[in-house]
Amino acid sequence: MTKNIQNVEEAKETIKTNNIVLFMKGTKDMPGCGFSANVVQILNNLNVKYIDIDVLSDDNLKESMKKFTNWPTFPQLYVKGEFVGGCDIVKEMFESGELLELFNTKGIDVKT
Amino acid sequence: MTMNIKDIEGLIKKKIPDARIVIKDLVGDSNHFSAEITSKEFNGKTRIEQHKMVYNALSEELKEELHALSIKTMEEK
Repeated sequence: MTKNIQNVEEAKETIKTNNIVLFMKGTKDMPGCGFSANVVQILNNLNVKYIDIDVLSDDNLKESMKKFTNWPTFPQLYVKGEFVGGCDIVKEMFESGELLELFNTKGIDVKT
Repeated sequence: MTMNIKDIEGLIKKKIPDARIVIKDLVGDSNHFSAEITSKEFNGKTRIEQHKMVYNALSEELKEELHALSIKTMEEK
């Protein structure tokens, strides 16, 4: 589900209260960058429910999220409140099966 | 702005001297690169920490270009 976020406080709250949150360029239905599209594809492939937040919609939010995560690029994937990684790490974890394992360990419903 | 492979290598080596680095210009436009980096410095660190080390080495010079760099880090066994 695409969510509109106004500020970093709201973003933190969303991370806390949702299993999977993806900060990306564009939305899951219309990714604005190949790396973001890649992670959307992976999450869709695993058939998990997630919130996507478009950081291009607000420059303030984009810069605040870089600082908050201490990570210079997007996408940024959060699972159960924890930062998992950017596109490269998520892709590596998907290919090795670690991502599925992480979802399973965290009790997140994966419909295969 | 474009960067070149030697620049990226040099910046990484400055911060991670023992790094073995393989950089590819993905589409030949000097704008989309992939870097495979192997170093003892990564040993025992999480993947997030490893990637942060690489980003830190590059961030001053390549702030805007960082997003077009795909990174893979490996521990030196």
